[in-house]
Amino acid sequence: MKPVHQTANAVVQTKKPTIWLQMKKNYSAYLFLLPKLILFIAFIAIPVVWAFIISFQEYKIFGSEWAGLDNYIKVFKSDAFYDALGNTFLFTVVTVPFNVISALIIASLIHPLGKLSQSFFRGAFYLPTVTSMVIVAMVWRWMYNYDFGLFNYVLGWFGIEPLNWLGQSSSALWALIIMQCLIPFGVGIILYLASMGSISNTLYEAATIDGANSFQKWYRITLPLLKPSTLYLVLLSTIGSFQVFTQIIMMTGGGPGTATETLVHLIYKTGFRDFEFGFAAAQSVVLFFIILLFSIIQFRLLRYDD
Amino acid sequence: MTSGIQKVNKLIIYVLLSVFAIVSLLPLYWVFSTSLQLSSYQDEELERQVSYVDSNPPKMYPVGITEYFEHWGKARDAESAGDAEAAAYHRDVMDYIIEDTFSGFTTLFNKNNVGIWFFNSFYIAVVVTIGILLFDSMAGYVLAKKRFPGRNLIFWSIIATMMIPGQVTLVPLFIMVRNFGIMDTHWALIFPDLAMVFGVFLMRQFMHSIPDELIDAAKIDGASEWKTYWKIILPLAKPGLAALGIFTFMNVWNSFLWPIIVLNDADLYTLPVGLKTLQDANLASFKLLMSGAAIASIPMIIVFMMFQRHFVKGLTLGGVKE
Repeated sequence: MKPVHQTANAVVQTKKPTIWLQMKKNYSAYLFLLPKLILFIAFIAIPVVWAFIISFQEYKIFGSEWAGLDNYIKVFKSDAFYDALGNTFLFTVVTVPFNVISALIIASLIHPLGKLSQSFFRGAFYLPTVTSMVIVAMVWRWMYNYDFGLFNYVLGWFGIEPLNWLGQSSSALWALIIMQCLIPFGVGIILYLASMGSISNTLYEAATIDGANSFQKWYRITLPLLKPSTLYLVLLSTIGSFQVFTQIIMMTGGGPGTATETLVHLIYKTGFRDFEFGFAAAQSVVLFFIILLFSIIQFRLLRYDD
Repeated sequence: MTSGIQKVNKLIIYVLLSVFAIVSLLPLYWVFSTSLQLSSYQDEELERQVSYVDSNPPKMYPVGITEYFEHWGKARDAESAGDAEAAAYHRDVMDYIIEDTFSGFTTLFNKNNVGIWFFNSFYIAVVVTIGILLFDSMAGYVLAKKRFPGRNLIFWSIIATMMIPGQVTLVPLFIMVRNFGIMDTHWALIFPDLAMVFGVFLMRQFMHSIPDELIDAAKIDGASEWKTYWKIILPLAKPGLAALGIFTFMNVWNSFLWPIIVLNDADLYTLPVGLKTLQDANLASFKLLMSGAAIASIPMIIVFMMFQRHFVKGLTLGGVKE
């Protein structure tokens, strides 16, 4: 009981212990935080602030020069940026709803099953997402191969001419979109299943007494209660989708032309192929604000009508 | 009546799910099938080399399996007919089939440094995972259980940076790494990975639910802060640590964008970087590329099979509010 007595005394003596005293008393807390804090400041906090600074500079190894808004003007005047923005936007607008809705449907189908089948299917849908996107991209590039690929073979069954999936501007982006839609959204399925599991059974029992059928129960009870999970998943996959990169560099390199150029691939090219650091930093700051904007919009849309 | 309808419904659900599952697993199957496909093969009837990897229509499974048994049967027939020459020929073909089936893997290990890439990926992932588990659980513990000036500021700045896309820091990190003189070393990968903050958030949420009474009791017994953390908090946080450890290992093992920027020396490559250069070289056949893909995916598949429960736990910890 000694510590309690001491603090009581301290309160009586000074009314409000000064911040310095509190810090001294809790010095061990700071020691616990120290390693992470140093890493965080050095490799996240400083780089983030620095990125904003560089975006206003013309970067040179010895003595960068202030460039004002030049880099940003360059970003908004370049066609490559609008191509990348448009492609990234189309990619996101198609794949995010498709992935979230299909995760919802698959989870809804899995949920009523027995324990064993549940974990079997959960595994089958999550397993493909634990492997690196590098590998996924490599095998899809192989399946899209013009001469020997699986897809052109399947098209052949229906008498359709082979398609140069990744090699022509008209289909390359759609080939990547189809691929993204067919990769199961494993995180979504698992989260939906967890949320469905936490819905109280009494709600369904009450609905049964009122004569509701399975679909009505799903539509009137399950769906509304899954709204927070849906919000989280739409946000998560939108943010991920705006950062699409690995498929691009592994499968198309942004081409043909700029048909599959995306924002992150453009940043990568500008920064680390052309070494225009100021320009690349400005592009990445713009990406940051686009993602922020989307997060805010989605947050409001999905929040306000309940 | 109803039970009949229910049975039909259940059947439809199983069929639908199975179709979806097959579609989702097909690419992974295709990696392994292509990696073990016969690459070239002397066909005695056609009297020419036949390639099964680049065949149209594609072979749906590694044909070496059936070819092997066909020649095995023929060798036995030849032996019972007393034709020693034919039997020896078929035995040779059988040996060739085995050698060729695994040739993608043997080539990668003997000629393409895959062993080194594998080792690099593995040890970097292990080092980062251990560091993250230690530092993040320490930080998470005090953020969850201690009150001290600056706690909220630190917590909220960590949360805020979780919203910032990682690409924003690419350029400054590149300049820093170059100025520190650690470009093209593994330090350039390890340090930024150790700074990832998601684990602090996860650990803080997890440790929040540990009752304060346990910590107070330890204090009364005279345990130091470190001892309380090490002997009381960490054992109770095991499920959270397991989830965080698995996700960290997976993220580092699969990380790609930053490694391709900082690594140039082929001996320092991690597996994803190595696979990219293999593909870029344009010399490698799809059999070789898919063998590399198989090597890179096998550890993650094993980890997933072993710890499926923790994957589910980790995902739901991060995303579902109780």
